[in-house]
Amino acid sequence: MSLVSSRPQNFARTSRRYLRRIGLRMSPGRISALLAAGLLILGFLPFIKLGLVVNGLILGSVIALGAIGLTLVYGILKLGNFAHGDYMAFGAYVAFFIVDGVLPRVGIEGAGLGPFTFGFPVLIALPLSAMVVALGAIALDLLIYRRLRDRGASTAILMMASLGVAIAIRGLVQLIWTGNTQHYPRESRQVFHLPMDVRIPPDGMFVALVAVILVAGVYLLLTYTKMGKAMRATSDNPTLALVSGINTKQVVWWTWGIGGALAAIAGVLLAVVQAQLLPIMGWKFLIPLFAAVILGGIGNPYGALIGALVVGVSMELSTQWINPSYKPAVAFAIMIGVLLARPRGIFGDAQ
Amino acid sequence: MDISGVIDYLIGFTIMAIIYAIFALGLNVHWGFTGLFNIGIAGFFALGAYTAALLTSPPPDPDQFEDFIFGGDLANQGLLDLGVDAWFFLGLAAAAVVCGLVALIVGTITLRLNDDYLSIATLGIAESVRFFFLNEKWAANGSKGLYRIPKFLGDVVAPENYDYLYVVVALVILLILFAAVQRAVRSPWGRVLRAIREDEVATAASGKNVFHFKLQSFVFGAMIMGIGGALFAHHVRFLSPLTFDPLLATFVIWAMLMVGGSGNNLGAVLGAFVVWGVWAGTQFLPGVFSDPSFRLLMIGVLIVAIMLLRPGGLLGEWRRIVASRPASAAARDSTDPG
Repeated sequence: MSLVSSRPQNFARTSRRYLRRIGLRMSPGRISALLAAGLLILGFLPFIKLGLVVNGLILGSVIALGAIGLTLVYGILKLGNFAHGDYMAFGAYVAFFIVDGVLPRVGIEGAGLGPFTFGFPVLIALPLSAMVVALGAIALDLLIYRRLRDRGASTAILMMASLGVAIAIRGLVQLIWTGNTQHYPRESRQVFHLPMDVRIPPDGMFVALVAVILVAGVYLLLTYTKMGKAMRATSDNPTLALVSGINTKQVVWWTWGIGGALAAIAGVLLAVVQAQLLPIMGWKFLIPLFAAVILGGIGNPYGALIGALVVGVSMELSTQWINPSYKPAVAFAIMIGVLLARPRGIFGDAQ
Repeated sequence: MDISGVIDYLIGFTIMAIIYAIFALGLNVHWGFTGLFNIGIAGFFALGAYTAALLTSPPPDPDQFEDFIFGGDLANQGLLDLGVDAWFFLGLAAAAVVCGLVALIVGTITLRLNDDYLSIATLGIAESVRFFFLNEKWAANGSKGLYRIPKFLGDVVAPENYDYLYVVVALVILLILFAAVQRAVRSPWGRVLRAIREDEVATAASGKNVFHFKLQSFVFGAMIMGIGGALFAHHVRFLSPLTFDPLLATFVIWAMLMVGGSGNNLGAVLGAFVVWGVWAGTQFLPGVFSDPSFRLLMIGVLIVAIMLLRPGGLLGEWRRIVASRPASAAARDSTDPG
């Protein structure tokens, strides 16, 4: 199915069907809400700094990678994973370990690859760290969450356990790498200057590119592979999925694997964007993550993507008027606003 | 360290344990009796402490506080000429009211929705409260913190013996709150809360407005936390936003309730003393055991282990109420891990 239809009168219907297919069901209310938001943004356009929008999109890409994993886990396992931010931080530190401790021993070192501040080692560490965190997330499920699920534990117990995991991971990270700031080896680089005072750091473009590739990968996986379809089916109705012969055990593993890998990559990218690693960076990122997930409707990865971009841009734009240290509070305010107006999120199902 | 030094240390330890016990009681109302998942205790902790401190502290000295303009010292400004000691109680009450109001607002927004939204929202409150006091220097002097918070009955005893007095004050307040919570949860109101915790749909089906009861429980617990925060402010007499980090102001309290047993008020108090004892005691140990990161790791492992092995906490809930029910139902309850 293609977005571009040869017959214009069919375009609306085709695109609607296409959006429905990826889980974004369009209703008149939803369309008018989006239009209103669009008009609001257009109205504000003369007053905002475009550079901040660019920063917001970069931040939003990082949030998106975390939020997609979080929303998949939330939708499929019915677990609001409070450890997700700490999976990110752990991923960033695993990459730091590889870049700082392992690769120099085999002679791979360096920073300032092309226009970027970081070096080739970070590119090697990125998939390795994703693998480690993905396996770690699966192991934690076998060790903890599966037992709780088998016992029929309530959502609150599962979330409480994830809070314990979050605390333990942060303690572990601090114990191994201390609580001081670290950073990947870096060399300072020129930012790209565009008209209208827009400055794009090359690292930001890298972050956005990685995010686009991964989001496309998640889309292909969820839409075209058997496992992706099984994951969506489990998210919609776990019992029905089980009785129709879906191997829910494998679905759970894949969910944690994808969520963990995306979280690790988000963590590394966050460390690149912020130019530093701190054990608490993941915990502090939880509020934007949950805001994006709730804005997009729990369990909906595409909603989480759009939610993440909205949250990221809003957080950065807010710095034009208010103190930048309120950025997480802006994400929280968006979340409260969504809970008041549309608790199921913009793209959530109206159950 | 001579013997009087040891006793002084123990008294200081006991005061903190009592303050933590008050928080554990508040959390017990939320989680233990109603199943409300509050991971933003730090927010109520900070709100209670700052409210009490701002109401009772002397006015800011312009030499020391550049940006800090918020008055304070209502005690000596003739607004209500009661003196510092009466204002201590007004501070406690105000702390409870402020926390209750914030809980009312957040609860009204989130408690109608799924359970998990409340926990995410409490996390947001805790962080926002911290950002507020960190950035709004006019309100509470930012990261430099508030000091000169007055003592309650500070004129009565010599400064070096003051802790002996304050431990009694804290203990009396703990006992009053303990009695209040105990009475509340044994009342028909408390039975509805436990019913909500066990089965929300069944409770709603038997004609109870689940939302209202949850909201009342959330506000009640938050008010208790506010009082705990106020007591903390007058004990340490220095507040900075960094005091209220999630570890010492939220996670430790969860560990206390988990160890003591959710749904068991005496257990919550005991848990506060045990966990605070272990926490304070391990700092004298050599090597890795006194490392704060190691203790953070252990608190996480402890919470996970209790969730896996004994989700009701180590002591668990005393099922006294089931005595009036048939023995078979009571027996079924006692084997039920939840």
